[in-house]
Amino acid sequence: MNKFFIILFHTFFSKLRSKSFIISTIITAVIVAGIANIDRIFEAFEDRGTEVAEVGVVDEENEYTALVQEQLGPFSDQVRLTPLSESVEEGIDRVEQGELQGLLLLEEGPDGLPQGIFKAQTVANQQAPQVIEQALQQVKIEVATARLGLDEETVESIYAPVSFQTEALSDTARSEEELTQTRFLVNALVVVIYFSVLAYGNMIAMEVATEKSSRVMEILVSSVSPVKQMFAKIFGIGLLGIVQYMLIILIGFLSMRGSMESDGFIGDMMSGVPVSLIIFALVFFLLGYLFYATISAVLGSLVSRTEEVNIVITPLTMIVVVAFLISMFGLNAPESGIITVTSYIPFFTPMVMFLRVGMLQLPFWEIALGIIVMVISIVFLALIGARIYKGGVLMYGKVSSLKDIKQALALSKKES
Amino acid sequence: MTLELKHVTKRFGEHTAVNDITLTIPKGEMFGMLGANGAGKTTTFRMILGLIDQTEGTITWKSNKIGYESSHLVGYLPEERGLYPKMTVADQLVYLGRLRGMKKAKVLEVLKQWLERFNITEYLHKKIDELSKGNQQKIQFIASVIHQPELLILDEPFSGLDPVNVEQLKKAVLDLKNEGTTIVFSSHRMEHVEELCEHLCILQKGEPIVNGQLKEVKRSYGKKKLMIEAEFDVSYLEAVEGVTSFTPYSNGAKLVITKEAVADQVFKALAGRGSVRKFVLEEPSLNDIFIEKVGASYE
Repeated sequence: MNKFFIILFHTFFSKLRSKSFIISTIITAVIVAGIANIDRIFEAFEDRGTEVAEVGVVDEENEYTALVQEQLGPFSDQVRLTPLSESVEEGIDRVEQGELQGLLLLEEGPDGLPQGIFKAQTVANQQAPQVIEQALQQVKIEVATARLGLDEETVESIYAPVSFQTEALSDTARSEEELTQTRFLVNALVVVIYFSVLAYGNMIAMEVATEKSSRVMEILVSSVSPVKQMFAKIFGIGLLGIVQYMLIILIGFLSMRGSMESDGFIGDMMSGVPVSLIIFALVFFLLGYLFYATISAVLGSLVSRTEEVNIVITPLTMIVVVAFLISMFGLNAPESGIITVTSYIPFFTPMVMFLRVGMLQLPFWEIALGIIVMVISIVFLALIGARIYKGGVLMYGKVSSLKDIKQALALSKKES
Repeated sequence: MTLELKHVTKRFGEHTAVNDITLTIPKGEMFGMLGANGAGKTTTFRMILGLIDQTEGTITWKSNKIGYESSHLVGYLPEERGLYPKMTVADQLVYLGRLRGMKKAKVLEVLKQWLERFNITEYLHKKIDELSKGNQQKIQFIASVIHQPELLILDEPFSGLDPVNVEQLKKAVLDLKNEGTTIVFSSHRMEHVEELCEHLCILQKGEPIVNGQLKEVKRSYGKKKLMIEAEFDVSYLEAVEGVTSFTPYSNGAKLVITKEAVADQVFKALAGRGSVRKFVLEEPSLNDIFIEKVGASYE
């Protein structure tokens, strides 16, 4: 077998069998399965939370209790109002003893409208006061409108939400519904690119640095050219990443099937996403990976100890974070100038250009230009990187990035 | 089939690491490369292997440049030892062997033979970082010869080994040589070079200051050593013509003389003074030559 593939599969399988890979895949899969079933998880928790809150009511005029009780409507199985005959002090006593969860004082305010005070041991984390407040608000509206002589229908028509719809006139522009879907997908992909670059980039740099620090590199470079090694590693880890995402997507898909049928949140989001967008997602993911992986491999080749990997990789991480922030901003303002400009800067293109592809109706040449920019920068990086890598792997000593790059280049040069 | 270096020079910017080396190493020979730390041995090896390019001159083996096409014919034991610490001996060598163009089954077959030879068969499925340093070195050595290379480059193969292991490894190296492998090795232990090599080269700050056959080198050095032990004071011998150095000991002295005839003069001068317990004329050791050649220019 070709040496390139020997290294590629060696990298792939040794990582595939490593504990860290297995654990991180399992954790991610669990999280994905969790998100896919988020509505069911919420339901499960809500079911347990239907404990009836006993609230005592002291209502001097005794005219609002029934109205509030009525307004509670669907929440009446969560909050039960019990009129108290005792005084307020005795009511407070009963709350303190735990017999009641809260005490509601209803009275008529100076303007003749109802007002309430809710007393409880703690007021944090309680649903009862919110529910009661809403109910009381309704009661107040009822009382006030009745006083003005408005009937119920008029009141309802006042509070009914206005009918307002956006319609794009251009046929090709994205409808609001489509935008929500793509926004979701773009968001997901930006996060995926972000994490992949961080995780796999670090993995590659670590891999190279480990081989250097254990000095096995010197044997490797005498059997296989450094450039071949570098790309075999990048593709090996890339294959690993693809397998990892396949696994996660498969698990996500399987656990989502249920909620897709029941019109769950995720199912709603995924159906109706154009196929072309998913293809662009894949293209930009791969380009982004190759771009950042090449830089990581080169950075890894510059250090002599694994501890130093983080030092050289930090600037790269920063750039990825910036790219992430720009695209988060771009989700809400995809047409702003900064988004347009940054979508052609190779460090940001994979995330930002994909965002524009998803959110706007871009002419094809703009997308093509973005892809060309990426391809050119990857080829350029690969050529320069291969030379730095060739010298870097034979170089040991302290890190001081820029000087090292120069030295590594000198070492790999024919004439110096 | 010979390895030839012609006027090879390597410069790193201003610094000249290796200056104008010309060597010819015939097939099946063992060639010793000597030099203090930083003399340019490792750089020379890296150039021979094609890991870095020489600034000037040519390096050919079997009339071709050594490159990755010929990597299955070349073995290299780097000075800095390195293996994957978390991989087992078997996995490791299968990987490295395959990168040298071997099949997996063949690697395991040859590996077992080597492990038997070094009496460490039980380490086949042990991880490298569970082995002692000496055994790690043996595995490293096996990694450099597993593909039965025609040209073997050993950078300080014996450093850090105990005497028993050194003997084991030396025997293995000699056997390889007798099977026809061309071997280049570096060392700063002169006795190893003296014992193993026909040809040698001493590098001093990148310059080859001694280069040739071991016997020739010794003969052309000319000076010989005279060890004397006597019951009386021998310090007057310093004045004998042809004695270039005189080092007194508690009951004798070490003399360096320009040629063998001087020994006769010294012998005559000793006669009749009392009992002489020892009078030995020694060939100069490589160590003496090295110290004089390298040490002199250090000062």
